[in-house]
Amino acid sequence: MKQLMLGNEAFARGLYEAGCGFVSSYPGTPSTEITECAAKYKEIYAEWAPNEKVAMESALGASLAGKRSFCGMKHVGLNVAADPLFTISYTGVNAGMIIAVADDAGMHSSQNEQDSRHYAIASKLPMLEPADSAEALKFAKIAYELSEKHDCPVIMKMCTRIAHSQSPVEISDRVEAPAKPYEKNPQKYIMMPGYAKLKHPVVEARTTALAEYAETTPLNRIEEGEDKSIGIITSSTSYQYVKEVCGNKYPVLKLGMINPLPAKRIKDFAASVGEVIVVEELDDIIEDFCKKNGVACKGKELFGCIGELSQNIVAEKLGFETGKCEKLDESIPARPPVMCAGCPHRGLYYILKKNKVTVIGDIGCYTLGAVAPLNAVDSVVCMGASVSGLHGFNKANPENEGKSVAVIGDSTFMHSGITGLVNIAYNESNSTVIILDNSITGMTGHQQNPTTGFNLKGDPCTKIDLESLCKAVGIKRVRVVDPYNLAECDTVLKEELAATEPSVIISRRPCALLKYVKHNGPIDVNADKCIGCKSCMRIGCPAISIKEGKAVIDATLCTGCGVCKQLCPKDAIGC
Amino acid sequence: MKTKNIMIVGVGGQGTLLASKLLGRILITKGFDVKVSEVHGMSQRGGSVVTYVRWGDKVYSPIIDKGEADIILSFEMLEAARWTEYLAEGGTIIANTQQTNPMPVITGAAEYPEKLDEKIRALGINLDCFDALALANEAGSSKAVNLVLLGRLSKYFDFTEEDWMNAIEASVPPKFLEINKKAFELGKSF
Repeated sequence: MKQLMLGNEAFARGLYEAGCGFVSSYPGTPSTEITECAAKYKEIYAEWAPNEKVAMESALGASLAGKRSFCGMKHVGLNVAADPLFTISYTGVNAGMIIAVADDAGMHSSQNEQDSRHYAIASKLPMLEPADSAEALKFAKIAYELSEKHDCPVIMKMCTRIAHSQSPVEISDRVEAPAKPYEKNPQKYIMMPGYAKLKHPVVEARTTALAEYAETTPLNRIEEGEDKSIGIITSSTSYQYVKEVCGNKYPVLKLGMINPLPAKRIKDFAASVGEVIVVEELDDIIEDFCKKNGVACKGKELFGCIGELSQNIVAEKLGFETGKCEKLDESIPARPPVMCAGCPHRGLYYILKKNKVTVIGDIGCYTLGAVAPLNAVDSVVCMGASVSGLHGFNKANPENEGKSVAVIGDSTFMHSGITGLVNIAYNESNSTVIILDNSITGMTGHQQNPTTGFNLKGDPCTKIDLESLCKAVGIKRVRVVDPYNLAECDTVLKEELAATEPSVIISRRPCALLKYVKHNGPIDVNADKCIGCKSCMRIGCPAISIKEGKAVIDATLCTGCGVCKQLCPKDAIGC
Repeated sequence: MKTKNIMIVGVGGQGTLLASKLLGRILITKGFDVKVSEVHGMSQRGGSVVTYVRWGDKVYSPIIDKGEADIILSFEMLEAARWTEYLAEGGTIIANTQQTNPMPVITGAAEYPEKLDEKIRALGINLDCFDALALANEAGSSKAVNLVLLGRLSKYFDFTEEDWMNAIEASVPPKFLEINKKAFELGKSF
């Protein structure tokens, strides 16, 4: 019986059926649900690690111990884990190990559009790329076999449209993996120069063996077409767009293994068709390989390397008709994401804006403090960059001290903010770091983290105490504020900016969307008292709008946080 | 059979994901090939969200492109207007007349367009719009808008009452089941 599964859920099912015993990941859209779904199987130990590097190293440790292991991350997470990645390629594994990386072409929820296929080439590791949920399940099983046969981790590359699309899968029972007891083997597992020099040729020989496998594996397949004037080479979601448009018109070489690529198979395919067209999202990985191997083809000159593809884009470039459509001749206001009504970050951002401080920002829901009307954030780069960026900003120009802060969420701080804070303490910049502690990993959909007191399985566990942690790394001034209390935030911010040593302000209030959070209930505006001054509009709460010159609060959205009430000069709100 | 396409559009947090999950559940039990595509992450924070539901003998692309949707089910009027060009010729928009102001409207940088229903109909589009929020409140919760809209959508399918009820029971937590069933019936019979 077929059932619908999200690509990520099917991937997790594949891990389960293949006997995976250990999962360690850091959440990141669009990869998060692989780990969340894997955690639902009691046979799999699953955890959230503080970051992707820790996750990957833990997964390697589990592999050495003899358990089939997994770690999953989004594309930018693989940058964090790149250090172990390149050397695990040398050590290889004991039990099978899979690394999932999920790209986000179109940047639905990401800060860049990098193409993770480069990592497979650079680290000399095999990479598989499923094109729907059924393949995600099947490829996970094949990946473990390849990993154990060729003694290396296997990268599975997902993308938003595969990870977050449901399609039919057929499930089967779990098969326990064979026991693989750990055996001490210094030449294999200790990568110091003497041993690593011996290993590099092994890695190159493995790539040659995997390239031979790529020539015959059913992971790559040719689908015959009626018209051989064009042949299409494609993979992943691009394959789906090609088939949607062309059906069986042109022959298609569908690649499920993206590294190494099969040179002979591609040459043979090219020889059997007229013109070769490569359809791939983002960079020209397949196209470049074709050209290096003397196969003339068209790719990026048609499709470019920016954003997602779609069936209409493929249709247009291949000369097919697209459906007629009617566009409304009307300016439709954009609807960008916003901080939720009751979001604890809002009050703090308002105070930062009011005090005209430079805000070095970070990755999470609170990045949304950058948009109108708060416009409170100055820069956002990557996980942890707020804390270390602020240090450089203040060191390079001490005039910035007392007028600048870093803002970073609790989960992001645990991920990679701590090392930046150590730098502030050690190299003594007079910096003020604000930890926006909403007691959850928010943007990716409420994952636990080391500061929440619960683990991935939902069980109580050690809760890292942020105050003690900051003090332990050498920050003497650590303050805690309630971001719903604007006066308190204002006073403490001014005091800490005025201080002549590093400080941390913990702005603590759980995410308003957490189920256990009790709200006061909506408050309303006394229309007789409201003078329409729009003071309450300055915080950008989606529940507040102006109608006929007076503020009104949408009772279906309002949580009663009371931040707007503190801005009203006429006591017209909630009175 | 030709692949059928439904887009479910709305504002992040309105429950569009449950609606598509429920629809997918029915379609797979009917033996169709099905793809349901969602976007998670940042847009779910009050942004414009879209879910694609496609079914037929063989479905390839997980997304719906411009000019392809047979039905657009919209949880909000401005979102209905935003996605009109995705509708296929002769397609239908089912919309909740609820108006949720986006931030550019709240801050005064833009205006919420007036008479969107008339403007959509002027394009020759079949527009089936009604106050789903009022019916959800009548059922017992403003959060049941998604089931009201699914009730309305059910009139465009020839699935049985039992098909829908089974899918609702499988998709909704037991303590909200009665409210959701009532919301479905209100949307269907309105």
